[in-house]
Amino acid sequence: MADLSNNLAGIKSPNPFWLASAPPTNSGYQVMRAFEAGWGGVVWKTLGDPIVNVTSRFAALNWKQNRVIGLNNIELITDRPLDENLKEIRECKKAFPDRAIIGSLMEVPVREKWHELVKAVQDAGVDGFELNFGCPHGMSERGMGSAVGQQPDLIEMVTSYAVEAAELPVIVKLTPNITDIRHCARAAARGGAAAVSMINTINSLIGVDLETWNPIPHVDGKSSHGGYCGPAVKPIALNMVNECARDAEVPIPISGIGGISNWQDAVEFFLLGATNVQVCTAVMHHGFSIVEDMIDGLNNYLDARGLKAASELIGAAQNRVTTWENLNLNYKIVAEINQETCIHCSKCYIACEDAAHQCIDRNVVNGTAVLVVDADHCVGCNLCMMVCPVEDCITMAEIDTGLPPESWKQRSAALVS
Amino acid sequence: MATLPQLGEPIHKPLTDLEIRLEANRCLYCYDAPCMRACPTHIDVASFIGKIATGNLKGSARVILEANAMGASCARVCPTEELCEGACVYKKDDTPIRIGDLQRYAVDHVRNNGIDLFEPGHPTGKRVAIVGGGPAGLSTARDLRLFGHAVTIFEAHEELNGLNTYGIVPFRLDYDVALWEAKQVVDLGVDVKTKTRVGVDVSFDALLKDFDAVIVACGMGGVPKLGIPGETLPGVWDALDFIERAKLGKSVGNLGKHVAVIGAGNTAIDALTCSKRLGAERVTMYYRRGEEQMTAYQFEYDFAKQEGIEFRFFCAPTKIVGEAHVGAVEFVRTEIPKGAGKPSPVPVPGSAFVEKVDTVIRAIGQSRLNDVFKAAGIETDDGVVKVDDELRTTRKGVWAAGDCIFAKGMREAMVVEAAEQGKIAARSVSAFLGVSR
Repeated sequence: MADLSNNLAGIKSPNPFWLASAPPTNSGYQVMRAFEAGWGGVVWKTLGDPIVNVTSRFAALNWKQNRVIGLNNIELITDRPLDENLKEIRECKKAFPDRAIIGSLMEVPVREKWHELVKAVQDAGVDGFELNFGCPHGMSERGMGSAVGQQPDLIEMVTSYAVEAAELPVIVKLTPNITDIRHCARAAARGGAAAVSMINTINSLIGVDLETWNPIPHVDGKSSHGGYCGPAVKPIALNMVNECARDAEVPIPISGIGGISNWQDAVEFFLLGATNVQVCTAVMHHGFSIVEDMIDGLNNYLDARGLKAASELIGAAQNRVTTWENLNLNYKIVAEINQETCIHCSKCYIACEDAAHQCIDRNVVNGTAVLVVDADHCVGCNLCMMVCPVEDCITMAEIDTGLPPESWKQRSAALVS
Repeated sequence: MATLPQLGEPIHKPLTDLEIRLEANRCLYCYDAPCMRACPTHIDVASFIGKIATGNLKGSARVILEANAMGASCARVCPTEELCEGACVYKKDDTPIRIGDLQRYAVDHVRNNGIDLFEPGHPTGKRVAIVGGGPAGLSTARDLRLFGHAVTIFEAHEELNGLNTYGIVPFRLDYDVALWEAKQVVDLGVDVKTKTRVGVDVSFDALLKDFDAVIVACGMGGVPKLGIPGETLPGVWDALDFIERAKLGKSVGNLGKHVAVIGAGNTAIDALTCSKRLGAERVTMYYRRGEEQMTAYQFEYDFAKQEGIEFRFFCAPTKIVGEAHVGAVEFVRTEIPKGAGKPSPVPVPGSAFVEKVDTVIRAIGQSRLNDVFKAAGIETDDGVVKVDDELRTTRKGVWAAGDCIFAKGMREAMVVEAAEQGKIAARSVSAFLGVSR
């Protein structure tokens, strides 16, 4: 049994799996159930002046038979009075003292208001704060959420307001609806944040109903852009986490958020620089019990690799990501098709023929298509492997070019000199 | 007329919307797909399944029916395990895509919603006669109408669609579906003369005189006699007559306790399962060869076993015994002599035995309509109309398609083959008439 305990900027939890501030952490009832299921921590549904919500609120992107590969929401922060939330936070903390409870906060950028909110929530016994500078819908129209997160100056300023009153670590949750998230993360660090969390949801509109022409989701025939999350956003989140993890001006830990559905997703976030992860959509889809396999799977993975602690994964592969100019131009791979496992669907052929480099030869022998890679012309793009429905039928084999590694940066420098 | 209650529930229920969605999305949409190659009519299966997945059911049905005018019946009676589904790339590691069920779903969409997909071509002024309104005749008629030729079908029965209407058990192919399928063709403006026998009610020469081309698509005749004593006793049936009466809800009298079906093809299976469903206590198939040589499809054989049918291999009837009605059948054991080819079984000396039987149904294949071919002046080979690659007979201006050109082989004639032959014949006829697409 590996050590799964987590420490994000001094906030301790028995495992690195937290619930993100979202519908699953709306009430004490839900948080109690989540802790019973095994979640290491929760970021409470954002606290602030209670709002009024609309119906409907969510919509999903489905792909083929897969439901909810992406989720869009136009729900706002808590619609319940602050006192009620704080009372439930106290009860949850008392029942589960070893778990982390983070108070997510949203407020207009006024120093006194932030001090007041921070102190009230601190008194309820939370383990830290997360400043919601990310929600892209609704609240942003009122100068909060991503309206703050899209301006580094405001991020720094408002972060400092919270830090001034906080006796506990302050996490700043960032919006991905910006051009370069590093500027926002740096601003949070300058403002005194102990950690950053990312990504909040992405501006989105799920679709249009082809019968009614109503946007999806709609409220009495109209919609508003929402926040997008779920498995489909994971690659965007991974890149942003990694960019910040490698940035010298972001010297604080990162809580990774965005499309994490299982232990495998979590391991990827850890390897690329996240200290822990937060989950929402997968729970909205499957319930709190998914954490059991997240814990079990992570543990077995660590054991299988001979690692003693989950913390050993943090950032372990983060520097394998670099800029394009540093990639080795002399590295060469070509596709190989395993004739034993090939089912002759020709998906690789048509993909290569129409969309890549026309280097799969196809011969129909006795009614069966035999597919062979023309290794001399294969550029190693991976497309055939990607579209092949059979796992490991198409593999990419490394070819020894006999040439030393050379990057574009090195080659262009050599050309100049 | 709906599926008749006396024969019970359909064997195969349509897939639910959820099953359809899962299945349509499971398809890989292979390039130059093996299923399409395996289909005698070359339906672009990947295309029609892809259209189901995008909710374009009308487009899906068009892809199917453009390639195969008999798409509704084929979805129900095709031996898909041996054709499209047998070729599915998933067969190797997983379950093949349920292509037949998906096809049924798409075609049922246009059937249930009264959607018209085709329009006749611009009139060419040419007239074509089709002898026989079964699957081959209907398929030919449909494509000839798309070319714009005037078409008249001469059909001996009261209704069109041949064995689809009369010869396939309703729990496999519903009467309504067969008639709907025929109506789609007729609605393109086909003149239909039902209850009209060519050679009896109208002469073949008259057809040749009144039409620019003639297609012989008359299928085959009744089940031949067994050639043993006692065959004229009441209680002895031709399987096709028996199935037709049962399908139309007409009385077949009291079958008694034990029904014996002679033969081992798909029609024999239909006669067996019909008898069982009509209440016979024991229903037994008798076949002079072995299980391996049965011409019925494996899935038909499996179905018959599930229905509680008994099987006796290597035995042949020698005499039907009875006073005023069948009472017993005398059989003899058979064996197949060693030798090249497919030697005929021979009786085993001293192996005679008697079975108490109340009804005998013979299902040993179909006779050839030699009189029609003779009247048409077209050459045959052992009762099979001789045709070239374009299905031209030996007589100019006369084509043939369907079961009448089906040479005796290991397997039975298929609706899907008839549908393809209709396409080929229509194309050839049209080219002959100076119109091509």
